[in-house]
Amino acid sequence: MSTLTDPPKPAFRLSQLIYDTRYRSITIQLVALVLMVLGIGWLVNNTVQNLAALGKDFNFGFLDNPAGYDINQKLIDYDSQMSHGRAALVGILNTLLVAILGCVTATVIGVIAGVLRLSKNWVVSRLMAVYVEGFRNVPLLLWIILIFSIMSESMPQPRDFRGDEPAASMILSDSVAVTNRGIWIPRLGFTNSLSGNEAVASVEGVPAVASGGADWALIGVTLLISIVAIGFVRSRSTRIQEATGVRPTTWYLQLGILVIPFAIVGLFLGMTVVTPFLKGFNFTEGTHLRNSLIALWLALSLYTGSFIAEIVRAGILAVSKGQSEAAFALGMRPNRTMNLVILPQAMRVIVPPLISQYLNLTKNSSLAIAVGYMDVRATLGGITINQTGRELEGMLLLGGFYLVLSLLISSVMNYFNNRTQLRER
Amino acid sequence: MTHKPLGQKNDLLGNVRVETQEEVKMKKTVFLGALTIAALTAGVGSAATLDDVKARGSLNCGVTTGLVGFAAPDANGVWEGFDVGICRAVAAAIFGDPTAVEFVPTTGQTRFTALASGEIDLLARNTTWTFSRDTDLKFEFVGVNYYDGQGFMVPKDLGVSSAKDLDGATVCIQTGTTTELNLADFFRTNGISYEPVPIETNAEAQQQYLAGACDVYTTDASGLAATRATFAAPQDHTLLPEIISKEPLGPLVRHGDSEWGDIARWTLNALVSAEELGVNSTNIAELAAAPTNNPEVNRLLGTEGELGAMIGLDANWAANAIAAGGNYGELFEKNIGENTPIGLARGLNAMWTEGGLIYSPPFR
Repeated sequence: MSTLTDPPKPAFRLSQLIYDTRYRSITIQLVALVLMVLGIGWLVNNTVQNLAALGKDFNFGFLDNPAGYDINQKLIDYDSQMSHGRAALVGILNTLLVAILGCVTATVIGVIAGVLRLSKNWVVSRLMAVYVEGFRNVPLLLWIILIFSIMSESMPQPRDFRGDEPAASMILSDSVAVTNRGIWIPRLGFTNSLSGNEAVASVEGVPAVASGGADWALIGVTLLISIVAIGFVRSRSTRIQEATGVRPTTWYLQLGILVIPFAIVGLFLGMTVVTPFLKGFNFTEGTHLRNSLIALWLALSLYTGSFIAEIVRAGILAVSKGQSEAAFALGMRPNRTMNLVILPQAMRVIVPPLISQYLNLTKNSSLAIAVGYMDVRATLGGITINQTGRELEGMLLLGGFYLVLSLLISSVMNYFNNRTQLRER
Repeated sequence: MTHKPLGQKNDLLGNVRVETQEEVKMKKTVFLGALTIAALTAGVGSAATLDDVKARGSLNCGVTTGLVGFAAPDANGVWEGFDVGICRAVAAAIFGDPTAVEFVPTTGQTRFTALASGEIDLLARNTTWTFSRDTDLKFEFVGVNYYDGQGFMVPKDLGVSSAKDLDGATVCIQTGTTTELNLADFFRTNGISYEPVPIETNAEAQQQYLAGACDVYTTDASGLAATRATFAAPQDHTLLPEIISKEPLGPLVRHGDSEWGDIARWTLNALVSAEELGVNSTNIAELAAAPTNNPEVNRLLGTEGELGAMIGLDANWAANAIAAGGNYGELFEKNIGENTPIGLARGLNAMWTEGGLIYSPPFR
């Protein structure tokens, strides 16, 4: 038996990896990493084995093959001889269309409903409460199907518009037709189109009215320039106001900058409004908003709008009462108080949860399956997978698309959020 | 230090220490975790479909979500129909019990994934036998139980007499089907336009069509007849004369298990042969009891030879399959024949001896 003369050296023991707080976290992370790698490896291995067992390979060559199926709603040129990739793109654009339309409408509805729910008018605030609770607490799918059924079951058929004594007639001075196949609204066309009018099949009794991408690009660029110019005018007014205290009246200048270039370009292109009319089985010309689009768009907007209303209400209530009292004390009217004092401050609370509502709406748009709206799930993730048997590739692409889209929306909204955040000075 | 107490041991660096109870427990947990991982990695690999089905005690059979006459639940929720008859015959051949079937309703879009993933063992859902489905989608069609073609149904008061008059019409179409591709080809080659309304199930199509949300409903002519039979006023709707495609409909299984494919193929052939040989549900008990003087009937019903053993089933497998719902002709007449509301004539689906295409290779 020896006696201890000096303190024992703190030798590293393996058990320290678990029982010593200095090393434990590293151990846990390493174990988690190994487990994750093993898990992924197992999934990949399992997939490879099962693909081999089914005799399937893994490649994306099917995207170049002709799709063979038609799509009713297409924002770009497409016919059944084009590739599966093109069909997927048509679907992607349809998804983006309904997502953008939905986000915009839901925001408008949500802000209005949220503000009105705080109204001092009992009837108005109760009505908004009914709207919010009604839409928030019933599954979205039911709303989609309900609107779709109402459209297709209770609206008149196109042939009801025919005859000397038609059972149904177009509304808004014969420019809009509401049928059980959707709503036809007037569209803008160009008799002097940049892409030429020869390509457009002329309908009997109506001159060929094209609507090419180049025309819209020109109009878009014109409007963009106008908006930038208006921005300059406004910032100049602000500078003058800061210097002199008097804001110059520029609304006629702004209106002119917006309208006059647009009118010139419109005249140059021969822009006309083309109203839909009945021909054969259906209405023709005009823009056809299909039942599926209307049902999906309305239901998504109303449903997400009810959540946004609550977010807006929470945001407004988060602004201290002193702010509105101060504004009233300065003699501001309630309307301006809301727009200039309350809402800008409320935005800081509203924007972060709003991002997740936009993401929800975009992903919920895949419920299009219920009403046959041809979104990317229906083209790439539906018919293409079904005709080619490329489930794995198709689903990976589909998942990848929604992931990229969601990340994109988050980053744009986060940028916006950073701009509205309170800056410490 | 000559003797070590229980639970005391040297660690890797030679230091003696005593394990606490806590530590022992923790080691066990880690060990169990490792075991689970090992078990998960080992779990891949599949047995033969017949063994799976036998172990499960029932056949998983994919059918439509409801097409009267072909596959639809009756008032008591019991599935019945022409395609259902095939499922029941296969179940009877395997188990001797035509009720040992789990019916899995599938849409045009979900059916192939369901079959490829093993959710169902057999798909009997008016599915057209095509090259790419057989080769690229890796399925094995075991025969044709209905020779069909794609037709168009329109309301009579639309005044349309030919499919070529349908320029600009709105057409209801089930997505994920061959009819969708035929439709695109037909309108393109005839240089006329149409507006497709994609729908998932036959019930949805029926609702949209009756509401007038589409002018035309197109699918296999048999499906149109079956759908029309369920209308309140079937006489107000007419099938256009054009049949724009060949649609040989048949049951199918996955590639890669030929023994299982054989069972399904020869069950279907047994039903066909039974009609040809005059074996039906009323005389089957008598014929299967003892050898008759027709050797082909004897081989079919297992009273002679060992055909059952060759495909891994009982000797009386075919007799059970036929007893389940009758022979091919009986199934046809009972579910979709001229005396039913659907009222389809045998036409191409008559026996080859009567000028049709229904033919079975010999049982030998």
